[in-house]
Amino acid sequence: MSSAPASLIAAPSPPPPAPVRRSESSASWRLTDRIGLGFAWLLGLLFCAIAVAIVGYFLVEGLRYLRPSLLVTNPAAGVSESQTGGFLDPLLGTVIISAMAMAIALPAGIAIAVWLSEFGRPAALARVAESGIEMLAGTPSVVLALFGTLLFEAPALGFLSQTSHGIVLGQSFFAASAMLSLVALPMVVATVREGLQAIPSHVREASYAVGKTKIATTRRVLLPAARPSVITGAMLGVGRVIGDTAIVLLLLGGTLTFSSATSTPLLGTLRGTGDTLTGYIYYNAPTGDGNQPSKAYAAAFVLMLIVLTLNVGVDFAVRRSRAGGWS
Amino acid sequence: MELRKPPPVRRLTGNEGYAPLREAHPWPAPDTAAPEPPGVPESNGNGHHPGPAFVGVSRPARAVPIAIDRMQVEDLSVAYGAKQAVQSVSLPIRQGEVLALIGPSGCGKTTLLRSLNRLTELTRGASSSGRITLDGVDIASMEPTALRRRVTMVFQQPNPFPMSVFDNVAYVLREQAKRRPKREAVRGAVQEALARAGLLDEVADNLDHPALRLSGGQQQRLCIARALAASPEVLLLDEPCSALDPQSTKLIEDLIGRLREDVAVVIVTHNLQQAYRIADYVAFMYLGEMVEYASAQKMFGSPGEQRTREYVSGAFG
Repeated sequence: MSSAPASLIAAPSPPPPAPVRRSESSASWRLTDRIGLGFAWLLGLLFCAIAVAIVGYFLVEGLRYLRPSLLVTNPAAGVSESQTGGFLDPLLGTVIISAMAMAIALPAGIAIAVWLSEFGRPAALARVAESGIEMLAGTPSVVLALFGTLLFEAPALGFLSQTSHGIVLGQSFFAASAMLSLVALPMVVATVREGLQAIPSHVREASYAVGKTKIATTRRVLLPAARPSVITGAMLGVGRVIGDTAIVLLLLGGTLTFSSATSTPLLGTLRGTGDTLTGYIYYNAPTGDGNQPSKAYAAAFVLMLIVLTLNVGVDFAVRRSRAGGWS
Repeated sequence: MELRKPPPVRRLTGNEGYAPLREAHPWPAPDTAAPEPPGVPESNGNGHHPGPAFVGVSRPARAVPIAIDRMQVEDLSVAYGAKQAVQSVSLPIRQGEVLALIGPSGCGKTTLLRSLNRLTELTRGASSSGRITLDGVDIASMEPTALRRRVTMVFQQPNPFPMSVFDNVAYVLREQAKRRPKREAVRGAVQEALARAGLLDEVADNLDHPALRLSGGQQQRLCIARALAASPEVLLLDEPCSALDPQSTKLIEDLIGRLREDVAVVIVTHNLQQAYRIADYVAFMYLGEMVEYASAQKMFGSPGEQRTREYVSGAFG
């Protein structure tokens, strides 16, 4: 009798499911396809290895040479490692130049993206603006720098840099950050525009359908909805700005330390020349004029740390944007 | 033309054609509904019920309030480029009644709905002729934003704005080109709108939570609250339940039944059972034309047109 209830319970339970094959095997593929797959695998692993090698090398080398004192002392003239100081000014220069460039690129980029995505009339002008942005994205930064020297050496723009014996030098934080903002601008425009276009049209219509104007909809609904894209665009833009060297050397002077134009505390510095971490690395690389590789490695480590932090920030912003959304 | 075979889903009580439906279902459906045929499962009240449609579902008996004429559509035609979407449609929209627009996909019912608050104008290449009046005034002469505050709309997909529950409703209360009212100044109006949409009890403690964290059904009721916050005369609903589960659908259908007393409700629905449950008047559209406009009783009991009869019985759609 005792076995009867057990069989009753056991009877309705379904048979154990057969193990699910998650993907098909490539064994049935043609030989060329299998070689192709193997090649793709190989390349994937190769590039992983390259990335790991670069990061790993500078992690090891950077940690080996990085001293806290390097972050708080300025570059100095000298031949030996102990005499040449640290990279306080270049580090500050990187921060200042990023902030100034983004202060221009972010509002301008958002404005352009909003116009392209939400207004874009007349269509011909939108097309021209679009290809202009694309062209800017494809222009090498050294070309932008060259154009910047022409622009900022104009006497009318002399107030943005130093004037010596009636000649406008055209090198300053203002000049460099103005041209660097053009490097960041296409990233901001592309990302924000993508974010705006990802908003379903029924969300816009829902705002119009309660009597809201297009501008109220853009300001109060669309831009807040695109905020993760704005953050992503800003971070990608900063990444481009802090990685640029050509504009820093040509328009910021690459002078290792700040050299103020006047004695006015802030304005004097911004009108004067300076350097960033990239300029510092360029100078101290084994092939550079300074030739202090240990300093270059330490600076490269700090620079990569900043970039990696930005990347993590982008990931975070993108992940948050996926938390809530419309179908 | 008689149908050769009644389709399985919306089969009637017997094989005698359409007449038994009317007999089995006197209107408005009283509690003493005709006995269900054997084997018909109890309806769970949702729109996706696989059993016979109009038999197990009893339409809630409601006292029909006095209808007030709100909008009048006169000879409306809408075209997108060369494609004619709506062809000379005329019908009244009355407060106190729920008007359901039914018809197969692409028949122009959503276009008709969007014409009522001039949302069609946002579509490039759209052109229209005819006249629509709201309380006697031609809507073409009205400022679109002013019109859309009086004729608000809820969409197929729940689309709360990316802000808090409170701000979603407060956003609508803020008049154009005016300073943003203080939070406390609009609190009462926000809560009233949420209460009218039957959402207040669920969100009272979470007014500052992001609206996109609500469930789909709650989001849609928030969208209804948002549409009601402008105190509209007409509420347009474009398949508001098609993305929702049965429970949420039921909540919204009950809500629509209550709302019709202070606002004219026009609902587009693909779901005949839903139209049967909630509509007082039904317009059947097919290929851009309005084939028939009649009371729900007539439409589902003895439609005048052959095409209506075929659609309502499930012969096509």
